Amino acid sequence: MLVAVLTYVGYGVLTLFGYLRDFMRQWKIEKCQNATEREEQKDFVPLYQDFENFYNRNLYMRIRDSWNRPICSVPGAKVDMMERVSHDYNWTFTYTGRVIKGIINMGSYNYLGFAQKTGACQEAAAKVLSQYGAGVCSTRQEMGNLDKHEELEKLVARFLGVESAMAYGMGFATNSMNIPALVGKGCLILSDELNHASLVLGARLSGATIRIFKHNNMQSLEKLLKDAIVHGQPRTRRPWKKILILVEGIYSMEGSIVRLPEVIALKKKYKSYLYLDEAHSIGALGPSGRGVVEYFGLNPEDVDVMMGTFTKSFGAAGGYIGGKKELIDYLRTYSHSAAYATSMSPPVVEQIITSVKCIMGEDGTTIGESF
Amino acid sequence: TASKEFSLDYFLYFCFQAPAYHLILEGILILWIIRLLFSKTYKLQERSDLTLKEKEELIEEWQPEPLVPPVPKDHPALNYNIVSGPPTHIITVNGKECINFASFNFLGLLNNEKVKSAAQASLKKYGVGTCGPRGFYGTFDVHLELEERLAKFMRTEEAIIYSYGFATIASAIPAYSKRGDIVFVDEAACFAIQKGLQASRSNIKLFKHNDMTDLERLLKEQETEDQKNPRKARVTRRFIVVEGLYMNTGDICPLPELIKLKYKYKVRIFLEESLSFGVLGEHGRGITEHFGINIDDIDLISANMENSLASIGGFCCGRSFIIDHQRLSGQGYCFSASLPPLLAAAAIEALNIMEDNPDIFQTLRAKCERIHKALQGISGLKVVGESFSPALHLHLEESCGSRENDVKLLKRVVDYCMNSGIALTQARYLEKEEKCLPPPSIRVVITVEQTEKELDKAASLLKEAAQSVLN
Repeated sequence: MLVAVLTYVGYGVLTLFGYLRDFMRQWKIEKCQNATEREEQKDFVPLYQDFENFYNRNLYMRIRDSWNRPICSVPGAKVDMMERVSHDYNWTFTYTGRVIKGIINMGSYNYLGFAQKTGACQEAAAKVLSQYGAGVCSTRQEMGNLDKHEELEKLVARFLGVESAMAYGMGFATNSMNIPALVGKGCLILSDELNHASLVLGARLSGATIRIFKHNNMQSLEKLLKDAIVHGQPRTRRPWKKILILVEGIYSMEGSIVRLPEVIALKKKYKSYLYLDEAHSIGALGPSGRGVVEYFGLNPEDVDVMMGTFTKSFGAAGGYIGGKKELIDYLRTYSHSAAYATSMSPPVVEQIITSVKCIMGEDGTTIGESF
Repeated sequence: TASKEFSLDYFLYFCFQAPAYHLILEGILILWIIRLLFSKTYKLQERSDLTLKEKEELIEEWQPEPLVPPVPKDHPALNYNIVSGPPTHIITVNGKECINFASFNFLGLLNNEKVKSAAQASLKKYGVGTCGPRGFYGTFDVHLELEERLAKFMRTEEAIIYSYGFATIASAIPAYSKRGDIVFVDEAACFAIQKGLQASRSNIKLFKHNDMTDLERLLKEQETEDQKNPRKARVTRRFIVVEGLYMNTGDICPLPELIKLKYKYKVRIFLEESLSFGVLGEHGRGITEHFGINIDDIDLISANMENSLASIGGFCCGRSFIIDHQRLSGQGYCFSASLPPLLAAAAIEALNIMEDNPDIFQTLRAKCERIHKALQGISGLKVVGESFSPALHLHLEESCGSRENDVKLLKRVVDYCMNSGIALTQARYLEKEEKCLPPPSIRVVITVEQTEKELDKAASLLKEAAQSVLN
C-alpha cells in the first residue's frame, strides 16, 4: 500500500517537473533538444499529439540509458558490452570505444546455452552458409521451399510428438499471421489477460470477437465459456462457429506457468480449441525439454495448435506451429506467411536442426541429457 | 425579514409543529430513497429465462465447426516446389536443373563469395541467434552499423531495422496512423501494406491504381468534409501509402505528381520500396533517385532487404523526427527478437558491393529492356510491367471463364518451361484475403547473373509453351 502511494507521488512530481520543462522549452528559456518537424511541413497536421510525447520527453528520457544497450559478443554466459555515455542527460549517446568485457549475462534469453560461437551447431551452420548462402529471396509457396525447410519441419514434428509442423521466419509474425487464418468473423477468442502483443495483434487482425479472462483463473474462463455457448453471438444470438482459447506456456513478464491440465479439461468439456504459445517454455520445461505439455505429463494431441519460437531455447530465430496433418495442410495453403513472406534463412535452419538433435540426444553425445 | 430570522431553531420548531402522519410519511420516503440508491441494479441482459438444466442442454447440443476445413489434395498452393541446394542462378527444382527466373535475387548477391565470407566471420564472432529483443541486450554493434550505413546510403538522417520483411511496413503504418486518421492507398498495394492498414484501424480510402485524378478527387472530397468540421480536421492526420515499384503489377508510381499533391493538400507520404531499392536510380537508391526528388520530401521510406540485398529483414529510413518514434511504438521492433548478426553482416557487405559497383544497375536495366521486348507478341500471353522493371507478370490475354481454370492453364505453361530447364512460378495470392485480387499470372524475374543467351532461351521457350498449351 505504501509502495503504491509513493509510486503515484513520484509520478506526480515528475509530471509537474515535466510541465515546467515544457513551459520553459516553449518560451525558449531551455533549449529544445528533441527532433522537430521540417520547416516546409510546419503547417501540416502534427504527426504526434503533443501530450502523447509528454511521457517520452520528460519521463522516459531520464532513464533511457537502461535499455537498448549494445553488446558486441555472443550472448552467452559472459558478454562484452560497448561503453556508452551521455553528456546531455540521455538526449544523445556517444560510444567511447571502450568495450567492457566479461559481464555476467542474466538478460539474454539463452536458456539452454545454444548461443555459442564454437561447437557442433556453429560448424554445421557455417557449412550450410557456405553452401546455401544467407538469404532465400522468395516465398514458401513460390520458389523458397528448400529441402532444409522440409527436414526441419519433420524434425520439429518428431520432437514435439505431433503429426506435422510448419516453420516460419519470425516468432511474432507466426502469431500475427496464423491466428487470422484459423479464426474469422463469427468466431470467439478467449484470451488470457497477460498475453503477449503478438497474440493480441493476431486476435485483432482476425476480426473475431475477443473476450478476456483473468490471468490463470479457471473460474473466470469457465464462466466465459458457459455464457458464450448459452447466449451465442452478442446481438444476433446465432451460435458461435468456433471458440479458440489463447494461452501461453510461460508468461514472460510474470514468470507464471499456465494451469494446463485444467485448461484441457475445460476445453474438452465445452468443445473448444486450444492454442498454446510455448515461446519461453519449449526446451526449458519438462524432463526432456518438450515443453509445458511434458511438464504436466499430458498428451500433445490434446492441444489443438502448439506454437513456439526458436529464438529462446534454440539460439536461432523464427517460430513454428505443430498439430494434426489437416491443420498444417490448411496452414500451408492459407497462412499469410506462406504466401507473402520470405522463408527462413538456411544457416538459421541448420542451427535449429542441430540444436534439436542435440536436445533429443541424436547427435551421439550426451549433452542433451544434462539439460 | 423572514430570511433574517430563519435559523435552525425555527426550522426544528416548525418541523415538530407538523402533524405526525406527515413526518412519518416523509421519513418513510427518505428511507425508501436510500434503499433504492444502495440496492443492486437490474441488468436487462442478465435476465435469462433459462434454467440450469436448459443451459446444460444447450452446452451439450452445441457443435462447433472443425478447426480447419479440409483442403483438397490437388489445391495448387498445397504442393510446394522443393528446391534442393541453394536458390541461385542454376537451381534444382523437384530434381530438375533449371535456370532461375523466379527468385528475387536481382543483383545476384545470394551466391556472392564476399557476402558469404562476411557472414561467416560474423557467425564465428556472434553465433547464430541474438536471444533477445532490441531493448534487452539484443542490440549488437552490427545492427547499429547496418542502420548507420543504410542511413548514409539513402542519404537520410536515421534508419531502423526489423528482423522480418513482411513485419516492416506492417508495423510502421500502425505506429503513426491511429483510429480516426485517414489513409489514401493505391488499389494494387501489397498484402503487407493491407495488414498494416488493418492493424491501424484508420479510415482507408482506395484510389485506382496509379490514377492521380482519382486520388485528387478523393483529396478534394476530404477537403470539403474538413471545412464542415474544422476542429476535427485539425487533429486528423492524413497519409498516402504507395509503392515505388508495385509487386502486383510491375508499374512505378508517379512520384513527382504525388509530391505536388502532398504540398497542396497537406498529406504525408509513406513510400514502400521493397522492389525498387537496389534497382532504380543511378546508384540504386530507389525511386527518389530515379526521379531526382529530394529525399526529405518523402516522410518515410520502408523497404525489405530480401530482394536486392539477398539477406533477411527490412528497414525504414527517414528523418530522425519520424524514425525515432518507431523505436518505442513499432510492434515488430519492440516485441520481437532482433535480426541474427550474420544476416546483418551479409547485408552490410551487400551494401558495400552495391556502392563499389554502381554499373550493375545499368546492366540490370538493359537486361530487363531486352527481355521485355523479346516477350512481346507471344500469342495468348501479355506482358504487364514497365520495361525496366525486373519483376514482370504474364497475364492470359483471354481468361477461360473461372479463376481456377486460368490457374490450371498457367500451371501447364509453367510445367512445360520447367521440364525444359527454365524455372518459373505463378504469383501466389490468398484469394479470400486480398482487397483487390490481381488476375492469375506467371512471375518472371530478371537478375544480373542471367546471360543474354539465357534470356533469349527463356523468351523462346515461353513462346513455345504458350503455343502448345494455349492453342
